[in-house]
Amino acid sequence: MDPDQTRPLSAVKPGQTVKLVAIDAGRGLNSRLASMGLVPDVEITVLSNNHPGPFMITVKNSRVMLGRGMAQKILVT
Amino acid sequence: MAQTNKQITVALAGNPNSGKTTIFNMLTGARQHVANYPGVTVEKKQGRCKYGGYEITFVDLPGTYSLTAYSVEELVARNFIIDEHPDVVVDIVDSTNLERNLYLATQLIEMNAPLVLAFNMSDLAAQRGLSFDTDQLSRLLEAPIVQTAGNKGRGRTELLEAIIRTAGAERGPRTHRVTYGSEIEDELGRIEALLVADEPALADKYGARWLALKLLEQDSDIAARILSRRVLDAVDAGARHLKTIFRDEPEIVIADRRYGFISGACQETTRSTVESRHSASDMIDVIVTHRILGLPIFLAMMYLVFQLTFTIGSHPMGWLEHFFDWAGKAVGGLWPAGSDSAIRSLLVDGVIGGVGGVIVFLPNILLLFMAIALLEDSGYMARAAFVMDRIMHKIGLHGKSFIPMLIGFGCSVPAIMGTRILENRRTRLTTIMVIPLMSCGARFTIYALIIPAFFPRWQGPVTWLVYLIGIVLAVILIKVLRLTLFRGETTPFVMELPPYRVPTLKSVLIHMWQRGWMYLRKAGTIILGISIILWAAMSYPKPEQESIEGLTPREARRVALADSLVGRVGRAIEPAIKPLGFDWKIGTALIGATAAKEVFVSQLAIVHAVASPHEQSQTFREELRANYTPLTGFCVLLFCLISAPCVATIAMTKQEAGSWRWALFQFFGLTVLAYVITLAVYQVGSVFLA
Repeated sequence: MDPDQTRPLSAVKPGQTVKLVAIDAGRGLNSRLASMGLVPDVEITVLSNNHPGPFMITVKNSRVMLGRGMAQKILVT
Repeated sequence: MAQTNKQITVALAGNPNSGKTTIFNMLTGARQHVANYPGVTVEKKQGRCKYGGYEITFVDLPGTYSLTAYSVEELVARNFIIDEHPDVVVDIVDSTNLERNLYLATQLIEMNAPLVLAFNMSDLAAQRGLSFDTDQLSRLLEAPIVQTAGNKGRGRTELLEAIIRTAGAERGPRTHRVTYGSEIEDELGRIEALLVADEPALADKYGARWLALKLLEQDSDIAARILSRRVLDAVDAGARHLKTIFRDEPEIVIADRRYGFISGACQETTRSTVESRHSASDMIDVIVTHRILGLPIFLAMMYLVFQLTFTIGSHPMGWLEHFFDWAGKAVGGLWPAGSDSAIRSLLVDGVIGGVGGVIVFLPNILLLFMAIALLEDSGYMARAAFVMDRIMHKIGLHGKSFIPMLIGFGCSVPAIMGTRILENRRTRLTTIMVIPLMSCGARFTIYALIIPAFFPRWQGPVTWLVYLIGIVLAVILIKVLRLTLFRGETTPFVMELPPYRVPTLKSVLIHMWQRGWMYLRKAGTIILGISIILWAAMSYPKPEQESIEGLTPREARRVALADSLVGRVGRAIEPAIKPLGFDWKIGTALIGATAAKEVFVSQLAIVHAVASPHEQSQTFREELRANYTPLTGFCVLLFCLISAPCVATIAMTKQEAGSWRWALFQFFGLTVLAYVITLAVYQVGSVFLA
């Protein structure tokens, strides 16, 4: 897969580090995620991606758990 | 100090997991008071401390990442700062994770709050090789910075000194501020000017720049306060304009710029000598959130929690039971033997019996909350939600819902209180509705009577089966509720996984005490009230004197209960419960069980004219075996499991769901469900066993 291609976070394998492009989760959640550090261009490392379970990522030095639905709405490169 | 006993109010703000509670505990000790903010179910903790001639009141604001209008917690925190004008706002910052934590600080700066920054967990930061130029950072953020380690009680004096200095200081306008780039600044300037012209009162109260910023961030709470059409139009136009430039919502761009400001400030002032920061936490996480090992580890943890709660708890529980027995006899002994004084009966059976019934559970509640505090403070609770998410997601809830449901095995009352951790109202209501299906500790007393009586050789499996039936029903009910009443998307959830920490004894004890006290106060007052009503319903009307002439006291009690209001209602509903295999005696006991589930046992003992069930449970069980079949026994278990939650649960549901409608829906819904299921089991069972 082309590493520059935009894809949902849910498609990223554990151990990979990606850059956030955009979030499309509706106003309230967008803003909530932004306050937790999920802003454009931030680096996200996927720690675990246990299909079909939730997602664990590291962002701005803190560890965050995301629901799978959420991870599908976060676009990264 | 020239002034003595000057009053200062301090608000504590901070991210979840920033150690805000440990700082609050460090500052105030056990002198705390927990209540709710008016109108919302967000906890408001207050505490006091005297220092240097000042009397300082601390208000622990809810832990938030931001101060938007999107969540009740954030709104509550924000409104407190705006409306109550605390003399100082202390932002507690996890200094091991400065960038993310300072995001909230930028918003407090924008509000021009009298700010003190507590760089908490400074010991951990030092351990990880982080060092800060606090003087420089303090100049950039224009707020004093104090390094603290709340769990070790370090930095208390320095923090208090900084608070007093800030409270007394004159504050002018800030020289450094977050700048948002020319495009956003232009829009801000335009809106600010209009605000000053059209909404002078608001602009004066909140500050025009902050208002303009919030409006551009599409803050619904602030927008609703603006009457000027010109301002709102300018905001709309501005937001649209920015959207075309940045191809993103203005609030996202604004958040991004705030982070930019922070990272600029941090770059110059922080040094990190060690690369990896999560090493120990990483290792633990690899194991406890492992896709295969995660679940067994979680189940083992839960087993430990329940062992702790119920096995260790049974000892103090026994002492309390003895104490109330003794107290009942001692008070009863004040009257001559054989007296039927109404006051004696009210005190012994109503008050001591009722209050005792609640207080005997206190050891369980305290131990349960101690276990929960340990799991929460150590950081494991968030992982438990992670592990359970996969399973919970299948039934339409997410991992976090599992935590209150789990507490439900101890007692529904704190469990319903615990649903506060759920953000989405539909998810929260669904969880509240099914919590009574988790077999609580009080129902266990019923199982402990019935199961050995009818299934002496299958005690373990039958107990397990009853618990399992509750869980399976809860799962089905959640599915049904999510497809009908509480339809809607499962909220995609986001939750921070805090680094593992060793919990401090003090915070565990304070947490335990607060929950215990809340339990005593809330459940205690209600149960006491209802026990008195039920006592009256069980004692009146009194039987004719001649009908109990010559009977033993035990027999007389039976006749009296049978003749009372509860006995009459029990008999009246006998035709309705006969198809379930129940007679009027069980009916009477079931009515009593709505006061508190364990009342079922004592009431059944009275109608069968056996002495206190604790003293002679063997004879009581023989009596039951002589009167009922094992099938009826099993149906009693089923009905008690599913039906009508106790009054304390109902009261708590009313409080947390916000209306009697949901409380009554829960009460009647579950009772009807219990009736249908028990009816089916008894009827089908009778055919097979006949």
